[in-house]
Order: sequence, then C-alpha cells, then structure tokens
Amino acid sequence: MSIIVTDTGFATDDFPGVVRPLAEIAEVQEGDGVEIGPADDPRVLVGVLGQVALIRVRFPAFNDGRGFSHARDLRSFGFTGRLRAVGHVLADQYAMARRVGFDEVEIDEALAARQPEAQWLARADWRENWYQARLRA
Amino acid sequence: MYRYNEFDEAFVRSRVAQFRGQVERRIDGSLTEDEFRPLRLMNGLYLQLHAYMLRVAIPYGTLRVDQMRRLADIAERWDRGYGHFTTRQNIQFNWPRLKDVPDILDALADVGMHAIQTSGNCVRNVTADHFAAAAADEIADPRPIAELLREWSTDHPEFQFLPRKFKIAITGSPNDRAVTKAHDIGLRMVRNEAGEPGFEVLVGGGLGRTPMLAQVIRDFLPQADLLPYIEAILGAYNLKGRRDNKYKARIKITVFENGLDAFKADVEERFARLRSQWSGADQEVLKEIEAQFVPPAFRNVPVDEFEAFRAGNAVFRAWADTNLHPHKVDGYAIVSISLKKHGDTPGDATAHQMRVMADLAERYGHGELRVSHEQNIILPHVHKSDLPAVWASLREADLATANIGLVSDIIACPGMDYCALATARSIPIAQQIAMRFEEMQVEHEVGPLKIKISGCINACGHHHVGHIGILGLDRAGVENYQVTLGGDGTETAAIGEKMGPGFPAEEIVGAVERLVLGYLEIRRDAEETFLETFRRVGPEPFKGFLYGTEETADAA
Repeated sequence: MSIIVTDTGFATDDFPGVVRPLAEIAEVQEGDGVEIGPADDPRVLVGVLGQVALIRVRFPAFNDGRGFSHARDLRSFGFTGRLRAVGHVLADQYAMARRVGFDEVEIDEALAARQPEAQWLARADWRENWYQARLRA
Repeated sequence: MYRYNEFDEAFVRSRVAQFRGQVERRIDGSLTEDEFRPLRLMNGLYLQLHAYMLRVAIPYGTLRVDQMRRLADIAERWDRGYGHFTTRQNIQFNWPRLKDVPDILDALADVGMHAIQTSGNCVRNVTADHFAAAAADEIADPRPIAELLREWSTDHPEFQFLPRKFKIAITGSPNDRAVTKAHDIGLRMVRNEAGEPGFEVLVGGGLGRTPMLAQVIRDFLPQADLLPYIEAILGAYNLKGRRDNKYKARIKITVFENGLDAFKADVEERFARLRSQWSGADQEVLKEIEAQFVPPAFRNVPVDEFEAFRAGNAVFRAWADTNLHPHKVDGYAIVSISLKKHGDTPGDATAHQMRVMADLAERYGHGELRVSHEQNIILPHVHKSDLPAVWASLREADLATANIGLVSDIIACPGMDYCALATARSIPIAQQIAMRFEEMQVEHEVGPLKIKISGCINACGHHHVGHIGILGLDRAGVENYQVTLGGDGTETAAIGEKMGPGFPAEEIVGAVERLVLGYLEIRRDAEETFLETFRRVGPEPFKGFLYGTEETADAA
C-alpha cells in the first residue's frame, strides 16, 4: 500500500474518488482525481480544474524535475484542490515539493522503509529558510 | 561588500546540518549512491579521478580578507596546502575526505561562504565582471544584482532538478569581461532612453561539444522584472529541455531546436502569468543589498613616488604595464595578481600565497579581492603610491609574474591530472607553452593573446573562445591536440575556427610557437593584435604556419 506524506508524517490514502488518466479528461466528474506525467501539458486541464478534487503528478525518477514546474503552473491556473507528488520523491525533496504547491507526497512501502517518517518530518519546517518566499512576499 | 544577514546565516547553517545528515544517511543506507549523488553535487562535492573534490562558491568572484584567509586555513587543515581557482570564479579543493566535508562547510559558513549549487543540474554560481565597481569603463556595478540572483537561485524549489546545469553571467560594462555570450543566460546592464536601469537579456549561449553564442531574447528588461523573467526562462527550459540525452540537454539546444521565437513565446506567456506573484519585495531586498556595496573611502594623495619608481625600475615597469588596469578613481589602479607563473599550474595558489594576498588587500586594497574567470586574483582598489610595496610583497611570494593577458596567461582545465572526464592532459601543455615562451622572451613583444586549453570536449578550458584554442582528445589511446583560432569571449564574441588535423602532445607546443612567430611576421604593425590579424587575413596563412604548406604560407 502506498503512503501519503504530509507535514504531520505518514498516513494512508483517504482520497475517496476515482483517479483518471489524462486521456479520460472528457469523462471527468465533480470530485474526481486526474493523473499527469512529466511530459504532459497541464494547460489541457484548465477547463476542468474547478471540478477536479485531486491531481496526482507522477515522478518516475527523482531527478526529473518537471513535476515541480507542473505544480507551480497548476496553482497559477487557479487550481485549489489537493495536489500530490507521486512516485520517486526523496525526503530531501519534500520541502521543494511543498514550496511549489504540492500538499502531499505519495510513496511506496519500499521507499518508506528506506526513508522512514522521521526523515520526512525533518523537512516539515519547509517554510523556514525560504529565499524565494522572502523575495516574492 | 556583502555580509550575510540573519536570514543568510540561518539558511546556510541549516543547509550544512542537512548535508551532515545526508552524509550520515548515505552511510547508513537510507540514501542509495544514486540518490546521494545529486545531493552531494548540489553541495559542491564531486567524485574525481583520485579523490573527492570540493568546489566552494565565490559568488560573483568577490572575496573579503577574512574569507581568503579561511580558504588558506581550509587548504592547510583539510587539503594539501593549496587550492585551485576556477574559470567560474570559484575555488576547488582537490583532496578533501568525505567525512571532513561537513566540518569544512561549517568553517566556510563562519565567514559567510558555502559550496551550494557549485555543481549539479541547478542554477550555478552567478559570475560577474571581475573589475566590477573599479573599472573606468563601467556603467553600473553588477554585484548587487548578482547577489540578488544568488539569493533567488539558492535552493530554488522548482529548479534543483533541471535537465542540465545552468549558468548566468552579468556585466555592467560595455567591455564584456564576463563572457556573457557563452552563458545559458547573459545579462548586460543597460539604460533605456528614459535613463531607467534594466538589462539586455541573452539566452542559449554555451561552449561544450556544441558551442553557441547567446541570442538576445529581450533587448530591454526593466530592473524590477528581472527575477520573474529569469524564472520564466528557467520554467520554460525545465519543461522543454531535453532529458533523453545529456549532451543535448543544455538550454542552447532547447533554444536551437525550438527556435528562438517559439522559445521566447513560451517564456513571455509564463512571464505574463507569473509576474503578479511578485509584490516588489525583491526590489526592497535589492536596496538592502546595494547599501552593502558602497564604494570604499578612496584616498586622494600624490602618485609621484609611483611614477619615479616606475621610471627607475624596468622589472616593476614591465609588471605595471601588463598587470594594471585603469581605475575609475584618479590615482588608483586595478591590480591583477597572476596565478600563471611560468611552469606552475594555472590557477593554483598555496595557503601562504592566499594569506599574502589577503594581507595586501587588507593593508593596501580596501579589504577587497576578486577571482577572475581567467584564474587570476584581482586587488580592485589599490592606490598607485602603494604599488611599489604591493609589488615587492608579491615578488617575495612568487606572485609577481608580469603576464596578464599575454601568451602564458593561459586558461587550462584540470585535465587528466585530476578530472575523470578528461581525455588528455591540459596543465602540462599549459606549463610547457609558458616555459617555451619564457625562454624565447617574446611575450611582451607578442602582446595580448589568449590561449585556452580544454582536456576534453566538454570545454571547461573555454578553448572555443581562445584566440588560440587547444582541445585535447584521445585518438586510439594517444593524446591528440586540436587547434582552433579566432575565438573571442568579449563583446565581439566569436567561436574559434577549427584548423586541420591535431597534434600529438610532443608537437603541440611547437605548433603554437609557429603560430605566434608567424603572426609576428605578418602583423601590420606592433599595434595589431593576434586576433585582429587573424580577422584581417583569415585562417589560411595560419594553417600554413601550422602545417607548412607553401601555397598557404605564400598567401600571407
């Protein structure tokens, strides 16, 4: 089972809705989730962002940083629902994920075993020492 | 000069603590080597041919006295007594042990320094004109903007895992000493017709295996738009840059493959969308930064002693003629301290030499030092009356080589002596060329000539923009050196032209000698530089000097 990481630590997935691949965007209903990958263009979601309750942004590899820009873009399009980074995200990247607009990170059990809760909680202080927030204000 | 505020201090201390934790977590297995690698890289720690190498950031090449002394301490305590100043105005320590690195980072933090983002696929140390705030030809001091960019880029959450590394350079002078056209983003400080400050923004320059000069993406960007615009460029690149091939991942390829117009359209769309997220707080921070870059209290005293000493001492005169540049304040000079003593490793300084330079900056240089991308150290503000004393101290420390801008002032990458990527040696070639011209005693007659040497196709030695560029390759297990001519890293930037077949290591020094002596034969007069002659006559006569074909030699 996958683990959802937030500022308060590990939890199980409580999202009740259906999560659709981007190809099924035409079928999106109020309260659904949508999943995008690094190569997808989040601009195609602009028309349905008001209905979508969750967007899962996949990170197939931790060193592919496109998902960070996707998060920032989705927020700039006005998305206010749950935004989740999913896959190979490191505890060391937790602060980055939160700062670009993700609410939470979803990891698998193997990664959670290797990087236990304490290592993620160590970066729950992501609002501290944040140059860009100071400059944008 | 800039001193850390409480925010910077807290940031850098927390970052050191994080890295200390990451080293421990690598050791206990929480992090795999693959996962640890980018984390150590974004803290400046490379694994090289023989050992770890720590690259310490010297933001915009500016150093205080206490910082230079601390670098000397680190060289002695944790390394082998020396450091290597780099073409990106940083310093590298070649022999640190992994377990010592967190302690070294703490020692750096004590003097407001770090090694953050000196490596990795993120925004690297921002480089600037090494004569900033001193040069007579300057419009504006680029360092406050460079510091603003340092703060903005530091730990930027969106841009720590870019397709590839990203380098920004800035100049405040029309005479480009920061090689802005060979950077991912080049910034030239300009004023518009209304006299308001802003930037000409260039994008997509770079050297490496596909050298390209940057193109103008905005001819005037108002100062307050800088950070959102740079962020828009980075965002477009983060999404569009190629991730399938490391050698096609730099922004120069993104711009080239998409076309400047399409790339610009993307940038402008992002800029328009994200600009409103900026409230102007950055401009307030900039004002605080600018307040820290006030000019020193320049002295107004006679320079007669300097003139008299110069007239009476030919060795001093030779040094003064090559190693001084015009200062914007009467009575002052900019001193370049050559780290290119004939036969030594270009850019290396011992701990003792670092301390001597720090002492001189403290006593005679208003407390300021710079690192140039040409791997020399600059004392930007020295009163001419103090120059005889400065020179005497430099001589005692083996630092008074009079060769700035001359044949032996060579940029060389570390090459096969240190680097795991190198395909040939660079340092020994630089040393041999310098020694050869030292024996011939023609350097001063030859005049300005930039030789740049890279030990592999990644071009860390900037050979593409050398008047004479040398690229060391591996040809079936044998080092082979290719020659390019006519490169230029200044405001008249050009990529050098490849000549014919390369030369083996034992022949490349002779080939360079033939080029230089050939130039002396065909130059119009002593005023015409090597580069000007090349531009006037083209490559053919020079090919004749290299390969000895009569037909081309006659064309001269």
